[in-house]
Amino acid sequence: MTKTARRTSVAKVAVRPMQAPPPAGDRRRRRLADQARAYGFLVGGLVCFALFSWWPAIRAVVIAFQKYTPGSAPEWVGTANFTRVFADPEFAAAWRNTLTFTLLALLIGFAVPFVLALVLNELRHAKAFFRVVVYLPVMIPPVVSALLWKWFYDPGAGLANEALRFAGLPTSNWTNGADTALLSLVIVATWANMGGTVLIYLAALQSIPGELYEAAELDGANLLQRIRHVTVPQTRFVILMLMLLQIIATMQVFTEPFVITGGGPENATVTVLYLIYKYAFLYNDFGGASALSVMLLVLLGAFSALYLRLTRSGGDDA
Amino acid sequence: MSTRTLVSSSALARPRGKAVYWSLFTATVLLFVLAFLFPVYWMATGAMKSADEVARTPPTLVPERWSLSGYTDAWELMQLPAHLWNTVVQAAGAWLFQLVFCTAAAYALSKLRPAFGNVILGGILATLMVPAQALVVPKYLTVADLGLLNDPVAIWLPAVANAFNLYLLKRFFDQLPRDVLEAAEIDGAGKLRTLWSIVLPMSRPVLGVVSIFALVAVWQDFLWPLMVFSDTDEQPISVALVQLSQNIQLTVLIAAMVIASIPMVAMFLVFQRHIIAGIGAGSTKG
Repeated sequence: MTKTARRTSVAKVAVRPMQAPPPAGDRRRRRLADQARAYGFLVGGLVCFALFSWWPAIRAVVIAFQKYTPGSAPEWVGTANFTRVFADPEFAAAWRNTLTFTLLALLIGFAVPFVLALVLNELRHAKAFFRVVVYLPVMIPPVVSALLWKWFYDPGAGLANEALRFAGLPTSNWTNGADTALLSLVIVATWANMGGTVLIYLAALQSIPGELYEAAELDGANLLQRIRHVTVPQTRFVILMLMLLQIIATMQVFTEPFVITGGGPENATVTVLYLIYKYAFLYNDFGGASALSVMLLVLLGAFSALYLRLTRSGGDDA
Repeated sequence: MSTRTLVSSSALARPRGKAVYWSLFTATVLLFVLAFLFPVYWMATGAMKSADEVARTPPTLVPERWSLSGYTDAWELMQLPAHLWNTVVQAAGAWLFQLVFCTAAAYALSKLRPAFGNVILGGILATLMVPAQALVVPKYLTVADLGLLNDPVAIWLPAVANAFNLYLLKRFFDQLPRDVLEAAEIDGAGKLRTLWSIVLPMSRPVLGVVSIFALVAVWQDFLWPLMVFSDTDEQPISVALVQLSQNIQLTVLIAAMVIASIPMVAMFLVFQRHIIAGIGAGSTKG
């Protein structure tokens, strides 16, 4: 071998990885290393999802058919948990209350923010002030809002009745009356959560092209007609999405009844999630709690699926 | 803003339009002050009244004597420093774990093409359909099995399983220009180095949003810490407030409520622009 020949072969070796594909074993090893690296990045998140999201979802269904007491081996009991829960008089009350709460929250917590957003969008002054103030209650911890309103609703020196007296109106029992308790809680939840809804509506209103209003006005549409034929159709998608999100959120209501009323008076404010909590932590009946969870899961899962479907198709439109 | 809204600016310029506008404006300001600011004022001043005054009817609008003893009593009697510290530890840990694990996982799913990546992403997105609160009981049992009850880890690790934040990060990473990342790799940067010195600096806005969501979520949560922390010494402020509210003087309780609200309200006032813009943007972009 001559010197020159050796030199060229060295040059070839140095260039080879860039030009010719490496042997198959090498490639596989490379790909495996890439995969190992990718999974190295994924593993922390995956373990947490597996332990605290996926496994609990499966486990809820499993335990719903078991007699489960922490510390002792679970026993299969068929549908006994479901029949026991169904027979509980609180079961019907909890579902009735939760559905009524959701419906009332939808009526109040829906119309009010929409009208507020409409008005705010027309105001040309102090915009930042309105946005900050309306969102302020959202930043107050829900427990504090609940305790604050519990104090307002106090039949003795509560602010709510003072305000009614000040306005010359008859006072109310608020959370102490079986027929007003749920509505009182809806007011708390609406007050505390409205800010987010208002801000989202405002963003949606701002994305309506001004020409549409211009054209409607030229066609002789008055204010209400413009709202009906321009504003509402243009924000329909956001309205629908927020409605679904709100249904999902309010059906899981817990803090307000737990803190303010303790489920009373006469079970008027026991909600499904509250009942789940009671089964698990007061009756130590995790089977019953899981049976209830599965029911809530199926119902809310259907709503969530609808939401995701809508956001997907809506995203394609936009 | 110059875009026209429901009512045209020329209609508002007319005398009648002006009158209607300013009365609507005044009414809205009054409504907002009364509905949203007054309750906060009532809380902050209620804590400064004496025990008799706070229970008096009709109530006094302004405390007769401004006294800070409600606040100092709350600070000492209700062991607020300890509970606030617990909350800070829980929130900070949840934030850190979420930032590290969610960012890494989102980066892997977005840029590293792991095998079965789509299956994993589907599994993560599916948890969006499962309402968190409906799963608290089996989640509690899992945490109990792992021996994590009364341990802040019981807040930290479940916080990582946040599909919403992970997806937010992944979608942001998807939009990062490929050639910048490839250029880094050609320069010899490893995956971790690329993430640390290229991806993360470019992702400041989304990291800010995720951080705020993560902190607020832990600070505001009630049901989960109520289940997990039976030990009073470990409880965050939200749980402690409710547990102690039964047998404590009203003014002291109100003072404690104010103190518990200050951190998040302060954070909101500091970052209000970003938070408000984030809420609006997040919604319209779906």
